[in-house]
Amino acid sequence: MASLKELKGRINSVKSTQKITKAKQMVAAAKLRRAQAAAEAARPYAERLSGVMASLAGKVSGDSAPKLLAGTGSDKRHLLVVVNTDKGLCGGLNANIVKAAKAKARELIADGKDVTFYLVGKKGRAPIKRDYADKIEKHFDTSNVRNPGFEEAEAIADDLIERFEKGEFDVAHLVYPIFKSALAQDPTADQLIPVPSPESEGTGGDAVVEYEPGEEEILEELLPRYVKTQLFGALLEREASEQGASMTAMDNATRNAGDLINKLTIQYNRSRQAAITTELIEIIAGAEAL
Amino acid sequence: MALHFELVTPAKLVRSEDVHMVVVPGTEGEFGVLEGHAPFMSTIRDGEVQVYKTEGGAPETIEVRGGFAEVGENGLTVLAEHVEG
Repeated sequence: MASLKELKGRINSVKSTQKITKAKQMVAAAKLRRAQAAAEAARPYAERLSGVMASLAGKVSGDSAPKLLAGTGSDKRHLLVVVNTDKGLCGGLNANIVKAAKAKARELIADGKDVTFYLVGKKGRAPIKRDYADKIEKHFDTSNVRNPGFEEAEAIADDLIERFEKGEFDVAHLVYPIFKSALAQDPTADQLIPVPSPESEGTGGDAVVEYEPGEEEILEELLPRYVKTQLFGALLEREASEQGASMTAMDNATRNAGDLINKLTIQYNRSRQAAITTELIEIIAGAEAL
Repeated sequence: MALHFELVTPAKLVRSEDVHMVVVPGTEGEFGVLEGHAPFMSTIRDGEVQVYKTEGGAPETIEVRGGFAEVGENGLTVLAEHVEG
């Protein structure tokens, strides 16, 4: 049985842990709202862009299609762009993302493809390094800015496109969490490069659209932008997912700490009572002996 | 009748309003868009988008960088990567 002093010490330490988890939960709740608003604000741009992409991609096809749309012609070397968070304290989120990325990698390797990793965010490094230490192409650090925004997405996209132009890989996949709710974040893998041609649902009807300069030139400008937007969307989803997962995890932790404190307090009171009883018995026994 | 004008960046929907005319800095030269313009699509260069709220009024200028403009049945949409101010 632990001594009274020890129990008291444990209760105090659990109490201070609870304070920390509670604070983190509240911070995450506040940040989640902002992250969700940002994700929502980014939606119109992405929608318009894919709309335009759809109407253009249908018109420009065949040999004249740019490399980013048509691909390099082979699909041997795959690059997995894995978007993880920079900070922990968000439950199983990063573990799930890494698991999804590894599953995808295994699937590709089983098909006889070469797989390399391009990691965004700090928390994916260690677990992926453990299994695929020699396959990691680059870490992209997003931890030095407070809210990763379009600049970061732009930098990643530029880097990726440059590598693609140099022929370092044939296909790129983007693995990132999709924010469903504070309780559920689904890691997903989407193809990033070559840009999957969106299904055109006959936008613009039968109207003849004039293009300036030309359809191909516009498409050529549009594709990198599309990649950027995809990455930007992934960063925003990541941010919202991180805060959501963090909120849930910290809520659980706070509740667990509360339970633990109750249990320890009961134990503390019991030992105290036992000590008092023993003392009383000793006194009475002593008085009777006289 | 007015032209429906939307200016969108990745971060947010900057403008969505009915205006008289918008002058857009296209890659091959500036072009003005009035209501009922034929469907048209162009990339834009870095420059100023001039928004004329009313006919003959003073234009409001918005600095944009990188993007493209689309004129469709439901007005003009400018997708810009960065918007100043």
